[in-house]
Amino acid sequence: MVVIETPRSPRSRKSAKFERYGWLYMRFSGVALLVLIFGHLIINLVMNGGITQISFAFVAGKWADPFWKIWDGLMLWLALIHGTNGMRTIVNDYSERPMIRKTLNVALWVVCAALIILGTLVVTTFDPCVDSSVSHTLSVCK
Amino acid sequence: MPTKPAGTLYRGKTGMWSWVLHRITGVAIFFFLLVHTLDTALVRMSPKDYDLVIATYKGAIIGFAELGLVAAILFHALNGIRVILIDFWSKGAKYQRVMFWVVIALALILFAGFAPRHIANVIHDIELGY
Repeated sequence: MVVIETPRSPRSRKSAKFERYGWLYMRFSGVALLVLIFGHLIINLVMNGGITQISFAFVAGKWADPFWKIWDGLMLWLALIHGTNGMRTIVNDYSERPMIRKTLNVALWVVCAALIILGTLVVTTFDPCVDSSVSHTLSVCK
Repeated sequence: MPTKPAGTLYRGKTGMWSWVLHRITGVAIFFFLLVHTLDTALVRMSPKDYDLVIATYKGAIIGFAELGLVAAILFHALNGIRVILIDFWSKGAKYQRVMFWVVIALALILFAGFAPRHIANVIHDIELGY
């Protein structure tokens, strides 16, 4: 019979607080992501030809409206933090050596931060007319 | 001789397998998210390269892999609601098993609605020469 070991060193108060907020974050961001991602999939992958409609012009059309910029920006932040925190839980469950666990967790958060910064810059500084050979077909660039 | 532990919320049967599936689908979605953030970043740098990368999303291999992605998202999202109900609803733990089957049924119904449409779109684009 498998017996779960008695925890010998309970978490510090600071760490317990972090875990509690992490636990709450997974639930609240999860509900928000359900709405954001289902909406994203319905608009981009189901309606009007689904995947066939996706192109630079499609993205430029969507991001002409701040509503979709905010939608996609929120999705980026919430999903990356949700996913990274989930991966951290898995790393903590399966890694046995503290050095490996620390290294993997640092790598996860570095990647998460880099992609959030990159994605946020892409959404906020988006320029539909960046390539004139393509954008001449877009009315906003004329 | 200790007897085999009965299926509890997180050990054995639906409680455990839903947890296993939640992990596997979560990891899969996470790695897609990394790729998807990078490919979308191309819209800021090179519209032509963005369209080139998106063309692979319309191809046979990735096009069909998207069915797996959507299936994973459907399960993870709906089972996430089940996890929240187990945690916050006073009767959540009692009904976790029936909620698991509701999650599977809803995911299957939504997937059945999505899959034929998506397959038709991918085939349509392959015929166009992607």
